[in-house]
Amino acid sequence: MGASDTNVMGKSVRRKEDYRFLTGAGQYTDDVNPDRHTHAYFLRSPHAHARIRGIDTSRAKAAPGVVAVCTSADLEGVNGLPCGWLITGTDGKPMNEPPHPVLAKGKVRHVGDPVAMVVAETPNQAKDASELIDVDYEVLPAVVNCVDALKRGAPQIHDEAPGNKCYTWALGDKAAVDAAFAKAAHVSKLDIVNNRLIPNAIEPRAAVASYDRAADGYTLYVASQNPHVERLLMTAFVLGLPEHKVRVIAPDVGGGFGSKIYLYAEETAMVWASKRVGRPIKWTAERSESFVSDAHGRDHVTRAELAMDKDGRFLAMRVHTTANMGAYLSTFASCIPTILYATLLAGQYTTPAIYCEVTAAFTNTVPVDAYRGAGRPEATYVVERLVHQAGVDMKLPQDEIRRRNFIRSFPHQTPVALTYDTGGYDACLDEAMRLADVKGFAARKAEAAKRGKLRGIGYSSYIEACGLAPSNIAGALGARAGLFEAGEVRVHPTGSVTVFTGSHSHGQGHETTFAQVVASRLGIPVENVDVVHGDTGRVPFGMGTYGSRSLAVGGTAIVKALDKIVAKGRKIAAHLLEAAESDIEFADGKFTVSGTDRSKTFGEVALTAYVPHNYPLDKLEPGLNETAFYDPTNFTFPAGTHVCEVEVDPDTGVVEVVAFSACDDFGNIVNPMIVEGQVHGGLTQGLGQALLENCVYDAESGQLLSGTYMDYAMPRADDVPSFNVGTKVTPCTHNPLGAKGCGEAGAIGAPAAMMNAVHDALAAVGVTYIDMPASPHRVWRAIQAARA
Amino acid sequence: MSVTITLTVNGKSVTASVDPRTLLVEFLRNELSLTGTHVGCDTGQCGACTVHLDGRAVKSCTMLAAQANGAEVTTIEAVARDGELHPMQAAFRDCHALQCGFCTPGMVMAALDLVAANPSPDEKAVREGLDGNLCRCTGYHNIVKAVQQGAAAMRKGG
Repeated sequence: MGASDTNVMGKSVRRKEDYRFLTGAGQYTDDVNPDRHTHAYFLRSPHAHARIRGIDTSRAKAAPGVVAVCTSADLEGVNGLPCGWLITGTDGKPMNEPPHPVLAKGKVRHVGDPVAMVVAETPNQAKDASELIDVDYEVLPAVVNCVDALKRGAPQIHDEAPGNKCYTWALGDKAAVDAAFAKAAHVSKLDIVNNRLIPNAIEPRAAVASYDRAADGYTLYVASQNPHVERLLMTAFVLGLPEHKVRVIAPDVGGGFGSKIYLYAEETAMVWASKRVGRPIKWTAERSESFVSDAHGRDHVTRAELAMDKDGRFLAMRVHTTANMGAYLSTFASCIPTILYATLLAGQYTTPAIYCEVTAAFTNTVPVDAYRGAGRPEATYVVERLVHQAGVDMKLPQDEIRRRNFIRSFPHQTPVALTYDTGGYDACLDEAMRLADVKGFAARKAEAAKRGKLRGIGYSSYIEACGLAPSNIAGALGARAGLFEAGEVRVHPTGSVTVFTGSHSHGQGHETTFAQVVASRLGIPVENVDVVHGDTGRVPFGMGTYGSRSLAVGGTAIVKALDKIVAKGRKIAAHLLEAAESDIEFADGKFTVSGTDRSKTFGEVALTAYVPHNYPLDKLEPGLNETAFYDPTNFTFPAGTHVCEVEVDPDTGVVEVVAFSACDDFGNIVNPMIVEGQVHGGLTQGLGQALLENCVYDAESGQLLSGTYMDYAMPRADDVPSFNVGTKVTPCTHNPLGAKGCGEAGAIGAPAAMMNAVHDALAAVGVTYIDMPASPHRVWRAIQAARA
Repeated sequence: MSVTITLTVNGKSVTASVDPRTLLVEFLRNELSLTGTHVGCDTGQCGACTVHLDGRAVKSCTMLAAQANGAEVTTIEAVARDGELHPMQAAFRDCHALQCGFCTPGMVMAALDLVAANPSPDEKAVREGLDGNLCRCTGYHNIVKAVQQGAAAMRKGG
């Protein structure tokens, strides 16, 4: 597939961005080195919870190379970091929203809470000087577990949140659910822990802030997924700076997975200080720092119940969840275990009544926010673990219990607020089972048994709500911002095109996928299209990339701008061809008078727009440059089935993922190669959660025990298999690309598929329940306990 | 206090005076502006900083610049020749073995070392050989394919 082809939709065009990454020419934030820049280092709390009696920075200020030292006392007029989503509780009151100071004020509330910023000539001088800051701490008792935090007598973290409660929120018809449970033939129940995770993009967070006296403006380079949101929150809510005087650039960004959505303390303090210092300030997190300062993910404790009739048809579901918010509310923290979680509890099923109650608690841990999937993996894990249990309880095959309850008529209104526009759940289940060779499983299991191994197979039929989001619906649910996207298409005089998108690529390949969309619509080669993203100085506006929204929302904004380009081009062509505008057709890069061979190429029309010597100047402005904003009318609903096969060694507890098959419906696909890559990566993160990863705090001291890559087990090349992936397509009905989004599906579906496989395998030795991650020690202990 | 070191980097002799605690990766990135070599952790676990030292892959965050005195260092910037991707780089591109690109330079340097030792690695050998390099984006599936495809191209002298 050559890039000069114009018929590029649905083709695996090789990525335009790869050459620079493969040759070391990528420009990440830490590669930005302005003249005379200084270096920041953040002194962080070593305690989980402590009162600050005093801070003495005098020795640090006198240390070699130190340019400035600041603490919260210096940040006069600087507000706290805001939360972007207001949740209203079951009591009708707004959530408790304690202040989130940029630098700790009066108290520290988690290990890693930033206390002071040292700016010096070199990173080592800043670090050395930070050791000379005397902080007088009065250490307080800490609580790290969200259930413990809500107990009477737990250490009180914020005055503004009595009992450490942020909110109790509910969705669904409780009375209808209670009535359905009362008449159920069988109820399946599970108590589930969704383990806390640390996102771990391989590029640590980094920022470079500078102030330009001539322009009286600031420039911030930052590893961010959404530079416009970063700028809006920082200027309007925290620093009180004019938005147009701050340019935020998110250059090449080395992975995000949610952790780079948020407005963080570090870059905020650096922008504030850059004017006072009068020189650029640079900071790059060390990995140990990332562990205690990047927002974490998941961390739910849930009781879930499913009521069924005698044939295994779902009548109702009841879910009670406690969610850990960490020490402060991060940018989107409050909506993750509510709006993006409870609304997905219908899964792919017709369950007529669902009630979900969520209590969010503050703890002495790093703030928790969206991590790849954000609420939807937690929902899928509840639903699909419960459906697996229901299949076991009802003695129904795992595919059969799913088929008995699949939604087959669309649009479908769920009892938890969403309307699924389209889907084809049987097709994905069938294909995933074919890819997984389910028919051969019994023989493989028997063969494994001969070797003393336990084989198991597990299913996960997930759904997600993506394409965030219809602004009016999001607003009604508490969003404090719109969730549209912007795109600008700038046609140059010679017919090449620069596209400016508010979406941000940090690995997703927008520079290629979006160029394919533009090239195919305009009938020009892909290499004639450049995609610009991640710069508030160049892109009109944008809400950024998260929630698998880039193509469905950002791509659609570009399509809307392209429609305007073609409409104007048609007028110009009509003038040049002396024909009626209504007679001009545009196809394959040519404007043609209908029914004739008289035409003008896209390039000729572009040149005419910029060199308007023969031009309808009385009716039309010169130039060919259009912008569009697109606000979706509904969420999109990617869905699919994942089938995992594991082999457990009962002597060691080691779980090996021997095969993993996935069939997903992402709607129309622009670049299958990129989509498959997204699935592979998501699946590995999902398997990471189920097999290896676990963020552990010491319950007494509140110290992070899994604070390096030697303690936090990241999936490595020899931990995961190669994957069998396939797709089925039901196009999204409400965007012109028919796209649904693919970035999070793997991480959403995989954990339940793997854990269901582990449970299937361990059923043979009497183990009935085990939490993630299924580490050798945990599996071995469960086997020993079952045998005892 | 500083120490003077002389080493060959990407074929050019370099002499510099450095703070003794300067890591090799800091020297490459900050003194020589070779920013293709990345830093992803502080415990020698992620492999983003992998370079070749006297022909073998090393993690340049786990050694001092002073320890590279007299050595020959190759970084990702010197792998492509005259604008043409090396067959291993070309295979990474063709197999979509990179997404955000941050682990990629280290992954390519590790892959070249692996193939030098085992010109025809099977899937298991590739997965074990890349155990020291973390990728959070690709799930390794396409990296494994790329290393095998790159190895095949190198065997053909491509």
